[in-house]
Amino acid sequence: MNVLQFEKASFGYGGHRLWGGLTMSLHAGEFLAILGANGSGKTSLLKAVLGLHPLMSGTVQVAGAPPHRGSTQIGYVPQHRRIDTLTPLRARDVVGQGLDGHRWGIGRPDPRRRRRIDELLESVGADAFADRPIGQLSGGEQQRVRIAQALVSDPKLLLCDEPLLSLDLNSQRTISGLVDRRRSTHDTAIVFVTHDINPVLPYVDRVLYLANGRFRTGSVDEVMTSTTLSDLYQSPVEVVRSGGRVLVAGVPEDTHHTSVLRAG
Amino acid sequence: MLTATVWHEIFNFTNYGELLALVRNSIIAGVALGVVGGLIGVFVMMRDLPFAVHGISELSFAGASAALLLGVNVVAGSLTGSIIAAMLIGVLGSRARDRNSIIGVLMPFGLGLGVLFLALYKGRAANKFGLLTGQIVAVDTPQLSWLIVTGVVVLLGLVIVWRPLMFASSDPEQAAARGVPVRLLSLVFMLLLGLAVAISVQIVGALLVLSIVVTPAAAALRVATSPWLVPLLSVIFATLSLVGGILLALGGSLPISPYVTTISFLIYVICRSIPGGRVAVRT
Repeated sequence: MNVLQFEKASFGYGGHRLWGGLTMSLHAGEFLAILGANGSGKTSLLKAVLGLHPLMSGTVQVAGAPPHRGSTQIGYVPQHRRIDTLTPLRARDVVGQGLDGHRWGIGRPDPRRRRRIDELLESVGADAFADRPIGQLSGGEQQRVRIAQALVSDPKLLLCDEPLLSLDLNSQRTISGLVDRRRSTHDTAIVFVTHDINPVLPYVDRVLYLANGRFRTGSVDEVMTSTTLSDLYQSPVEVVRSGGRVLVAGVPEDTHHTSVLRAG
Repeated sequence: MLTATVWHEIFNFTNYGELLALVRNSIIAGVALGVVGGLIGVFVMMRDLPFAVHGISELSFAGASAALLLGVNVVAGSLTGSIIAAMLIGVLGSRARDRNSIIGVLMPFGLGLGVLFLALYKGRAANKFGLLTGQIVAVDTPQLSWLIVTGVVVLLGLVIVWRPLMFASSDPEQAAARGVPVRLLSLVFMLLLGLAVAISVQIVGALLVLSIVVTPAAAALRVATSPWLVPLLSVIFATLSLVGGILLALGGSLPISPYVTTISFLIYVICRSIPGGRVAVRT
């Protein structure tokens, strides 16, 4: 069964259509990378899948059902934002929020819950700092904890919104590796929004590239070419594959700037 | 000689036993406020709302002084002012920048209204001063029941929304993705905060609410990190400041506020200077 399915979906806010005409499906264990400039509509896609924002038209289905807020089928890793140092939560409490943070009441101590949290912390290599305050962890450590938080409800689909932003290269590699390991051990489908494909290049099955209200889908070899990106941006873009890396040059800067202004 | 007199005015423990019986109500009110203020303070810190607390307390003061002038229940007046302010801030100020400017606009207006009502009021001057700087010793039985009932409402409200509020306060984006009604919770929280501030205004006075709703939580956050130890310490610190303040003020002729604010400040200073600070405790 398809974990995620779009049928002629279009995306936007408040009557303003950003992009659309997307028909695609993602099956269990598949890794989709979404690329594109800021404001090109990557976040609006994620919001639609999370059930936080309706589509402009068309349909989207998550595990065979329309999306709804707070679905346990979806794990979500938001953009890395530094957590305030005076937050009264330890790494384990943050993971616990993924399990029952949305429930009313104060909650009771539960050994099963505790074991589950320990299990997840261990699976992302965060057991060493499980009891440290979340605000005192490094960016990479915080992001590991967030992945454990997203996975603790055992989702079928993992949505990552620029999880590597402002992390050092080493942490970028660790985080992408963790995400990839999850799909091989649990067959979780991955949607990974990123502005740089290189950290996830070894894992990506498919790419969805957004620009100027249009998009291209396909394998890395199909999408990440000078011809495809030049056509998308309607201006010459150079793509060079070198030493297992994809280097993109000549992406029009003004697309980036105008969209930032519009979004801000 | 002079210092001895002043000292006697600040600390005086003659006839202490008899006096103690007279302030039973105040001590009960102090404990109730300690629990409510200590708990809500943790969220005030997490949501970065100390300035909002100050803004709400000024409108609460305006409400209370209007009630004093009209000769109606002062606690009811204070509650009305608080709730109006909390809702205005909650509805209009969902973004931090908007919020701070709205508070900055509301606060002097509230204080001005309060001053106007008090100037028109011809009753006892002690009542006037009390609203700004505290009047706990004057807590009578009907007033006490108002305070207790309001305190229980805030406490129950906090217990019900505890987990989602903690989630929404620490990571609103992720909480929304998990189905937490972040916007609704923020309004519910402002309402509870309004109620808590109204109680504090009655006891420590509009100008000193922060010493109960912010200082104890800020101190607790310096020495603890667990989501149950921080609220617990915050409640202990707030209660200690209030009850300690009432007991020390008893014999002297000064209002309780300086005692409460000094104890609460000292606790904060001690918590800040503990080497290493922020101990993690396993649940």
